[in-house]
Amino acid sequence: MTSTWMRGLGAIAALGVAGFGTFLFVTAPDRQAPSVWTDLGEPDLAHGREVFFAGGCTSCHAPAGATGDARLVLSGGAPLKSDFGTFHAPNISSHPQAGIGAWTLAEFGDAMTRGVGRGGEHLYPSFPYGSYARMTPRDINDLYGFMKTLPASDAVAPAHELAFPFNQRLVLGGWKFLYVTDAPRVELADASDMVKRGQYLVEGPGHCGECHTPRNALGGFESGRWLAGGPNPEGEGSIPNITPGSKSMGSWSEGDIVTYLESGFTPDYDSVGGSMVEVQKNMAELTAADREAIAAYLKAVPSVE
Amino acid sequence: MKLKVVLSAVTAICLGVSAAIAAGEPQAVRQDEMKKVGGALGALGAIAKGEKPYDAAAVTAALTTLVEISKTFPDHFPAGSETGMDSEAAPAIWQNMDDFKAKSAKLTAAAEAQLASLPADQAAVGAAMKAIGGTCGDCHQTYRLKK
Repeated sequence: MTSTWMRGLGAIAALGVAGFGTFLFVTAPDRQAPSVWTDLGEPDLAHGREVFFAGGCTSCHAPAGATGDARLVLSGGAPLKSDFGTFHAPNISSHPQAGIGAWTLAEFGDAMTRGVGRGGEHLYPSFPYGSYARMTPRDINDLYGFMKTLPASDAVAPAHELAFPFNQRLVLGGWKFLYVTDAPRVELADASDMVKRGQYLVEGPGHCGECHTPRNALGGFESGRWLAGGPNPEGEGSIPNITPGSKSMGSWSEGDIVTYLESGFTPDYDSVGGSMVEVQKNMAELTAADREAIAAYLKAVPSVE
Repeated sequence: MKLKVVLSAVTAICLGVSAAIAAGEPQAVRQDEMKKVGGALGALGAIAKGEKPYDAAAVTAALTTLVEISKTFPDHFPAGSETGMDSEAAPAIWQNMDDFKAKSAKLTAAAEAQLASLPADQAAVGAAMKAIGGTCGDCHQTYRLKK
C-alpha cells in the first residue's frame, strides 16, 4: 500500500519536474536570429526621430512633467501604477553605464521586439514590446541611432514594486507564450497602402492598443474588442473606444482625427486630456502623411460598440 | 382640461426652478464656462481653417472671452463641489489648488499675449491657436477626468 502511494507521489513529482522543464523550455527568453540586426547600414537619424515620437518613448522614460528639450532626457520616468504593482521605467539615455549607450543593436532590438533584456532576462510588458514586436529592423536601427544622439543621464530608476508572483520574471515567459505575437491585430481585406501604413504605426510603434484595448484578468487583450476602450488601467476614469463604433469619436471624419492628433483639439474644440496629452504631443511630431495614415486605419478597423 | 393646464404650468415652474438651482451650482457654472471657452476656440478655429473669413472683431472677442474666463475659472471649485452633476474635475485639483490656479493663469497670459499683438490674418490665427492650445492640454492632463 505504502509503496504504491510512494510510487504515485514519485510519478507526480516526476511529471511536475518534467512539466516545469517543459514550461522553462517553451517560455525561455527568445532572441531574434542575429542576422536580423546585421547589414542595416548607417541609421537615418531624421527618420529615427520620427520613429522615436511614433513610439512615444519620452512619455514614460523622461521625468514626469518634463517639457521641451527635457523630454529628450530619457533618465527614467514617472511611476506607472497597475493592478500588478508599480513599474518604474528605467534610464534608457545614452549613458554607457546608467543607460543603454553601450548596448549593441542586437541587444536593443531583442529588447524592443522580443522583450528580452541585455542579460537574457524577460522584460515586463509595461514596456510595450508586444506592440514593438511588429517594428521593422530598419526602424529599430534608425531609432537606436537617433537615441544615441540624445543626452546621457547617470540617474538610476528605482526597482519595480511588484507583489508575488508578479515579481518572478519566470512567470513572464508564460505570459509572453500566451499573448506576445507579431501577427496583425486585425485582418483588413483590400487595405490601401495608406491603411497598411496606419496599421503598422498603430499596432507597432504607436502601441495604441496597449491602453485603448480592454484586457482580461491575466493582462491579455480581450478578443474581438481591439481598440474598443475600457476602464483606465492606471486608475480613475476610462479610456475611450477609438473604433468607428465609438460613441465619443465614431462620428469624426478622418480630417477630424488628423486635426486632433496635430493640434489636440476635438471637432467641437474640447481639448485632449489625461495621458493622451503626452501622446498627442508625440503625434504632432510625425509627418502629416503618417497622421493621415493613422486616421485612415482607425476608420478601417472593425467597429465595436 | 383646466386641470391639465394647471398641472403643466406647475410642472413647468418646477422644472424652471430646478434648472435655476442647478445653474447656480459651481459644477454647472464651471461646465458652462468651459463651453464658452470651447465656443471661443471654435470661432478662432473656423477662421484658422478658412471656414470663415478673417474678422478682427471676432478674434478680439474670442481672445477676450478666454482672458476673462480663465481669470476667475479656479474660483468655481470650492470645497464640497468635488463631485456631482457629472463633474469631470479630478480630485488632484483640491490637492494642488495653487498649481491648478497657475495653470489657469497660463491660459490668461497666452490669450493676453495674442490680444496685445492681434493676429492679423488666417495663418496668424492658426499660430495663435497653437500657442494657446498647449495650455488646455497641460491643465486637462492632470486636472480633468474623462468619465
